[in-house]
Amino acid sequence: MTNARCLLWSLPTLLFAASANASTSMPLNMTRGVTEISQQVYQLHMTIFWICCVIGAVVFGIMFWSIIRHRKARGVQPAQFHESTKVEILWTAIPVVILIGMAIPATKTLIAMEDTSAADVTVLVTGSQWKWHYKYLDHEIEYFSLLATPREQIANKLAKGENYLLEVDRPLVIPTGKKVRFLMTSDDVIHSWWVPAFAVKKDANPGFINEAWTRVDEPGIYRGQCAELCGKDHGFMPVVVIAKEPADYQAWVVQEEARIAAAKAAERELLAMNMDMAELMATGERVYQGWCVACHQASGNGLPGIFPAIRGSQLVLNDRRAHIDIIVNGKPGTAMQAFGRQLSLKELAAVITYTRNAFDNNTGDAVQAADVYAVQQGKGE
Amino acid sequence: MSAITHEHEHDHDHDHKPTGIKRWLFTTNHKDIGTMYLVFALLMFFIGGSMAMVIRLELFQPGMQFVEPQFFNQMTTVHGLIMVFGAVMPAFTGLANWMIPMMIGAPDMALPRMNNWSFWILPFAFLILLLSLFMPGGGPDFGWTFYAPLSTTYSNDSTALFVFSVHIMGISSIMGAINVIVTIWNMRAPGMTWMKMPLFVWTWFITAFLLIMVMPVLAGAVTMVLTDKYFGTSFFDAAGGGDPVLFQHIFWFFGHPEVYIMILPAFGIVSAIIPTFARKPLFGYASMVYATASIAVLSFLVWAHHMFTTGMPVFATLFFMYCTMLIAVPTGVKVFNWVATMWRGAMTFEVPMMFALAFIVLFTIGGFSGLMLAITPADFQYHDTYFVVAHFHYVLVSGAVFSIIAAAYYWLPKWTGYMYDERLGQLHFWCSLISVNLLFFPMHFVGLAGMPRRIPDYALQFADFNAFISVGGFLFGLSQLIFVWVIVKCARGGEKATAQVWEGAEGLEWQVPSPAPYHTFDTPPEVK
Repeated sequence: MTNARCLLWSLPTLLFAASANASTSMPLNMTRGVTEISQQVYQLHMTIFWICCVIGAVVFGIMFWSIIRHRKARGVQPAQFHESTKVEILWTAIPVVILIGMAIPATKTLIAMEDTSAADVTVLVTGSQWKWHYKYLDHEIEYFSLLATPREQIANKLAKGENYLLEVDRPLVIPTGKKVRFLMTSDDVIHSWWVPAFAVKKDANPGFINEAWTRVDEPGIYRGQCAELCGKDHGFMPVVVIAKEPADYQAWVVQEEARIAAAKAAERELLAMNMDMAELMATGERVYQGWCVACHQASGNGLPGIFPAIRGSQLVLNDRRAHIDIIVNGKPGTAMQAFGRQLSLKELAAVITYTRNAFDNNTGDAVQAADVYAVQQGKGE
Repeated sequence: MSAITHEHEHDHDHDHKPTGIKRWLFTTNHKDIGTMYLVFALLMFFIGGSMAMVIRLELFQPGMQFVEPQFFNQMTTVHGLIMVFGAVMPAFTGLANWMIPMMIGAPDMALPRMNNWSFWILPFAFLILLLSLFMPGGGPDFGWTFYAPLSTTYSNDSTALFVFSVHIMGISSIMGAINVIVTIWNMRAPGMTWMKMPLFVWTWFITAFLLIMVMPVLAGAVTMVLTDKYFGTSFFDAAGGGDPVLFQHIFWFFGHPEVYIMILPAFGIVSAIIPTFARKPLFGYASMVYATASIAVLSFLVWAHHMFTTGMPVFATLFFMYCTMLIAVPTGVKVFNWVATMWRGAMTFEVPMMFALAFIVLFTIGGFSGLMLAITPADFQYHDTYFVVAHFHYVLVSGAVFSIIAAAYYWLPKWTGYMYDERLGQLHFWCSLISVNLLFFPMHFVGLAGMPRRIPDYALQFADFNAFISVGGFLFGLSQLIFVWVIVKCARGGEKATAQVWEGAEGLEWQVPSPAPYHTFDTPPEVK
C-alpha cells in the first residue's frame, strides 16, 4: 500500500520532468494580445483571478485550520453554535461589494468591445464547413482561406511542422493602427472566428451578420481557430491573420486586386480553350484533395449514412449535366456546398473531370470550362 | 418507535414480494427502485467514462491515431449525454428514492407505480441512444448541446433516435420530480415541519420544481429539431424566417437550470455529511434553505451567459453578466456555512467526510472559474476552450459525482447493513482526489493557452499537457474500479452496521435498523 502510494506520487513528478524537456512550450496564462482591448481583457482576467485566489486562500485557510485543530483525535469537545445573523449578513454583503467592484471595469471594456463604429477597413468573414472566406468590402478582393497542413501530417505519415493545424493557404491581411471591422456570417452551420491575440471571438451565424472589431498595434502573424463545433473537421479550420504596416498593406491590396483581376481575365480566355485530359486530371486531383476529401474521403467512398460515395455514383455515371450542376450549385439542405462560387472555372472543370474518371468511374469524359460556364449561366450543355 | 416494531416484522416483509427478476421488474418499493436507479447510474458512469477514455486516448498525442473525427464527435456528444442524463441525474433520483421517505418518516414514495415506470423507461432510452451509434453514419455527433443547424440540416439519420431517447429521459425525469414533490408535500411525518426537513430533502424539493419547469423546454427544443429536420419547419433556419440563435436561447433556458439540477442535491448531501462528522449542527440552516431557493430562482435569469459570443445586444449581455455574478453570492453563503459548521467541531475523517471535504474545495475551485467566466470580456477568451471544460468538470465530477460517491459511502451501511471497507474506501478517495486533479487542473492552462474544446487534434504546443491530462484521465477511470470493489464487498458482508452507523448522525433514517427493513415507517414516527 505504501509502495502504491509512492508510485502514485512519483508519477506526476516524472511527467512534469518529461514535459520540461519537451521542445515546444505552451504559455500558461491567457495571452496579453496585441491590442488595447486584449490588454484590458487580460487585466480583467488577472483581477478576477487574484480576487478568487485571495478568497480561496482565506476560505480554504480557515477550513484547513479547522481540519487540523478541530479534530476529534485531539480530544476536543464540539461546540454547539449553529447560527449568527450578523455573520450571515457580513458574508453576503462583502461578496456583493467585491462583485460590484468587478462589474464596473468589466462593463467599461465590454461597451468598448461592442463599439464597431467608425471603422477604417471592413472585412466580411464567412464560415463554411470547413474554411473561412474573406471579402474586403472596400476593395475588389475576396478569397477562401483553407487549412494548409498536409493530410499526411495529420495521419502521422509525415513529420508535423511548426505551425501544425494553425496554417492556411491564404491568410487574412489587415493594416496595423487602423480600426478593422469584421462582419461575421456563415453559409451552413454556426462557426466562431477567434484570434486570441485580438481578444476577438464572435459566432458566425447562418443568415445573420455579427460585428466585431480590432485595432492591431504590432505587425505580425496571428493564429487562431474556429471555436464553435461545426461538424467533422471543426478542429481543422484555423484562422491566420497577417497585420502589415499601412504602406505594406496598401501594396498588398494593389497586388491582390491585380492577381484577382488577372485570374478573371484568364477565366474568360479559358472558355474558348480545351484543356487536355492529363492536365484536367492533375489539377482535378489537387482540387479534390483540398476541397472534397474531407467528406467524400480519399477513397471516393464517402462516409456511409452521411456523405455519399463518388465511386460508382449513379449521378456521376449516368447524368453528366446533374453532376456538373450539383458541384456548381450544391444541394440545398445538405452539406454539399455550391462550389460554383468557391472555385475557378478551370478548377471546377478539372475536379468534375477528375471525379468522372477516378475511383473506377472511368467515364472517359473530359469536362471543359465552357461546359461548366454553361451550367453556371443556367443553360443546358 | 416504529423502528422497533419493524424489527419484529422484518421477516414477514419478504413474504409479499416476488423473487428473482420479477421482484425488480414489478417492484413499487422505493428502496428497490432507488437501488435500481443507483446501479443503473453506476453502469452508465462506466459506459460514459469509457467514452471519455476514447477521447483521452485520441488526444494523448497530436495527429489522428485511433478514431476518425466523426467518431470522436460522437464520443464527446454521447459521453456528455450519458453522464448528464444517465449517470448524475439517475444517481440523484436513486438517492432521493432511497432517502427522502426515510428522512421525512414516510412509508414509501407517494406514487409508487409511477416510480416503477419512471425507472423502467430509462434503460430503453439509453439503449436507443447507444444503439444509434451503430447506425450507418453513426450516432449523434453535434455535441450534447445539439446546436442547430448542425443538429438539423447537417446531422445524420440517427437524429430521430436521439430525439426520441431524450424525450423518454425527459418523461422519466418529470415523473421522478412529480413523485418527489408529492411525497415531500403530503407524506411528512407529524411534526416534520418545512423548516425541520433535512437539507437533502429541501434541495431535492427545489430541484424537482426546476425539473418540472425545464424538462418540457428541453422536450420542446428536441421536438423543434425533429420537425426542422424531417418535417420542413424552419424554427432554426434563417432561410425560412427562423433563427439558429433561438435554439441556443431555448436550449440554455433548459440547460442552465439543468446545471443546478445536478448540483443542488449535492449541496443537500454535503449539508448532511459535514455536521455528522463534525459532530456539530449545520451552521445557518435557514440561510441554506434560502440560498438554495435563490440559486434556483437566479438559475432562470442567467441562461445567456453560455451565449456571450453569439452577438447579443450589449444591454442583454450586461444583464446576464450581472445576474451570473450575483449567483456567486448565495453559492458563497453555502460554502461559508459549511466551513462554519466545521469550525470548532470535533471532526473525524471517514470516507464520506473525505469526499465531502474534497467536494467543498474542488467545487469552490469550479465556482471560481465560473465567476471568471461570468466576466463577459474575459469570457470571449475563455468561451469554448478547455478552460470551460475544466470549469464544468470541476463542478460536475469533483462536485456532483464526488457528492454522489460521498452519499454512497455515507448511506451504504444503512442500505446493506454492513460497514464498507474503510481502508479500500480511503484508497479510492486518495486515488480519485489525485487523479481528478491531474485530469482536470491542467485543462485550465490548456484553455488559457488557446486550445478550443471538441477538437480531435491540436497544435503541437498543447501536446505535453494533453498527454499529461490523458494519463490523469486513465488513472481516474481506473480509480473508480476500486469503488465498484468496495460496493460489491460491502453488499456481500462485513462488519455489522448499527442503526445510527455514524456517531454524529442525526435524523429519522438513522433510527431504523441497518439494513433498513423493506418497509419503514408504516406508522409515522413522531418528530419533536
